[in-house]
Amino acid sequence: MKKSKVLITGLIAGLLFPVLGLAAAGGPVFPDDDISIDWSDKESMQRGAQLFVNYCMSCHSAAYSRYNRVAKDLGIPEDEMVENMIFTTDKYGERTKAGSLMKTTMTNEYAEAAFGTAPPDLSLVARSRGTHWLYNYLRGFYIDEARPMGVNNGVFANVGMPHVLVELEGTKKAIKEMQDDGHGGKHQVIVGFEQVTPGSMSKDEYDQAAKDLTAFLDYLAEPYKEKRISVGIGVMIFLFILLILSYMLKKEFWKDVH
Amino acid sequence: MSKASDLMGWIDARFPATKMWEEHLSKYYAPKNFNFWYFFGSLALLVLVIQIVTGIFLTMQYKPDGEQAFASVEYIMRDVDWGWLIRYMHSTGASAFFVVIYLHMFRGMMYGSYQKPRELVWLFGMFIFLALMAEAFMGYLLPWGQMSYWGAQVIISLFSAIPVIGDDLTLWIRGDFVISDATLNRFFALHVVAVPIILLMLVVMHIIALHEVGSNNPDGVDIKKLKDPETKIPLDGIPFHPYYSVKDIVGVVVFLMFFSAVVFFMPEMKGYFLEYANFVPADPFKTPEHIAPVWYFTPFYAILRAVPDKLLGVIAMFAAIVMLFLLPWLDRGKVRSIRYRSGTFKVLLVMFVISFVVLGYLGALPATEIRTMFARIFTAGYFGYFIALWFISKNENTKPVPERVTS
Repeated sequence: MKKSKVLITGLIAGLLFPVLGLAAAGGPVFPDDDISIDWSDKESMQRGAQLFVNYCMSCHSAAYSRYNRVAKDLGIPEDEMVENMIFTTDKYGERTKAGSLMKTTMTNEYAEAAFGTAPPDLSLVARSRGTHWLYNYLRGFYIDEARPMGVNNGVFANVGMPHVLVELEGTKKAIKEMQDDGHGGKHQVIVGFEQVTPGSMSKDEYDQAAKDLTAFLDYLAEPYKEKRISVGIGVMIFLFILLILSYMLKKEFWKDVH
Repeated sequence: MSKASDLMGWIDARFPATKMWEEHLSKYYAPKNFNFWYFFGSLALLVLVIQIVTGIFLTMQYKPDGEQAFASVEYIMRDVDWGWLIRYMHSTGASAFFVVIYLHMFRGMMYGSYQKPRELVWLFGMFIFLALMAEAFMGYLLPWGQMSYWGAQVIISLFSAIPVIGDDLTLWIRGDFVISDATLNRFFALHVVAVPIILLMLVVMHIIALHEVGSNNPDGVDIKKLKDPETKIPLDGIPFHPYYSVKDIVGVVVFLMFFSAVVFFMPEMKGYFLEYANFVPADPFKTPEHIAPVWYFTPFYAILRAVPDKLLGVIAMFAAIVMLFLLPWLDRGKVRSIRYRSGTFKVLLVMFVISFVVLGYLGALPATEIRTMFARIFTAGYFGYFIALWFISKNENTKPVPERVTS
């Protein structure tokens, strides 16, 4: 009975779920390349951190994170961090202290007037959006004169953010095609980009920069992740030994139960 | 007499310590044939302790304030020593509680543990389930993320479907016209004080009622019928301590392995335990694309959405829980265990489990036409179980139940 029950449940679930599970299609995005983050590559994260403070933090904050924690975790000497990566001042007009939260100096009021919406805090963006999204978003800007900032994004349509990395990447325009959406309608979708003006980086260099920044944001979203995993391995080993001992104890006590 | 027994004698003359120890542990005779399904009662108690202890430590750093709540959770995760561990244990514990409780309830349904004389054990258990749902729902608001906020918004607005008093009632629950700081504060009070007290009280009543009538077992045999004429101990009974206490330790360790696997290696559990959208702070002006309750509410949420009318949907959702309450009286069978019940009963129970699982799956997804159709079919399956049980259990074609438990 038990086996057949498992079987029936499994069967029905197996038949039904693919039919029902068709993901709610959120429209096609471009680019859509995969990325894997190597947490042991601290140099990549360091480069990402440099990009982050240079380009992102003028508008975005990472207000749940502290400069000196980033320095410690990524192996950046603290004085170097203070010298090269802290560009904001505190309320006394002095350079922000290394133990401070990574806040931008732009006010929400100013940001809303400039971009129509306040730039979100980026501490957790890798957890809410995912690294795949971030990597492609950073590479998805293209010229669109219809937009107030002159650019649009293939991953986040009609985004309010300007292409702040344009000096690195240069400008590109989108190659669009009409495609069937599968429901009888036709939609214009982006199938590729064409470089218009060059940036200071080649395409490969820029892809690497986008990867570095994504890696840093992934770190920023869960700075304790490596510790979590290493503690977890110890806990699992401990529990495994405890399982053997507790099972032997149970066996010993239950010897006389028939 | 030794010093230790002197001290025990002194205490026992003033407080029934030894008496309680014996009644509930060392001389509480449990059937010797408990199987896998009987781990989940003690595991539920373990999870309750985990939640209370981690909850106390979270309270020390958490700020129940609309401006600070989200940041205080991230402060716990990043700046408090081992804060991430405590928080992940608490968030995983919430889901683990429902996993354990659902399996515990299924055990009861399978072996007829709600039948006479255990109706009150079942009822207290069902009230625990109800309190747990309230506890989990209010706790989920506290991190003050987008899903916390909009999930609460959707669920609380359900009360507005109640005729006449609906709108005033929702206003009273929220303490504001939308979910706000006022709602967060009262949910915090209820989550950390009121509901836990009720929960603990119900757990005590659940256990006292159980120990009064004795535990059921996979055979549904009444072990108190056959006792040793000399010692008056049930022939198929063994003292809970040390036999089941040492056995439960094995169950606890296995449980902790699964629990730790989630806590340390997949704390978000692919978005089922911690939803991705909840890493964005609550924003009353931005509705998320898709609002889904956490997985343990999705079966009931699917039932709600399956009914086209809002009020009737709410009624159906509550009826789904009321049905469980009524189970001891809906089941008119004389045989407890699935082992000796009819094939019809087995088919019905399988149908119920499938309905519950599929509804849970559907409740997590955005509604489409085809999904709503399936939700209706499986809602019928869910209620069909209880209705059919009432009819078939009166004159059920059962197998003979043995005198003694089988090993």
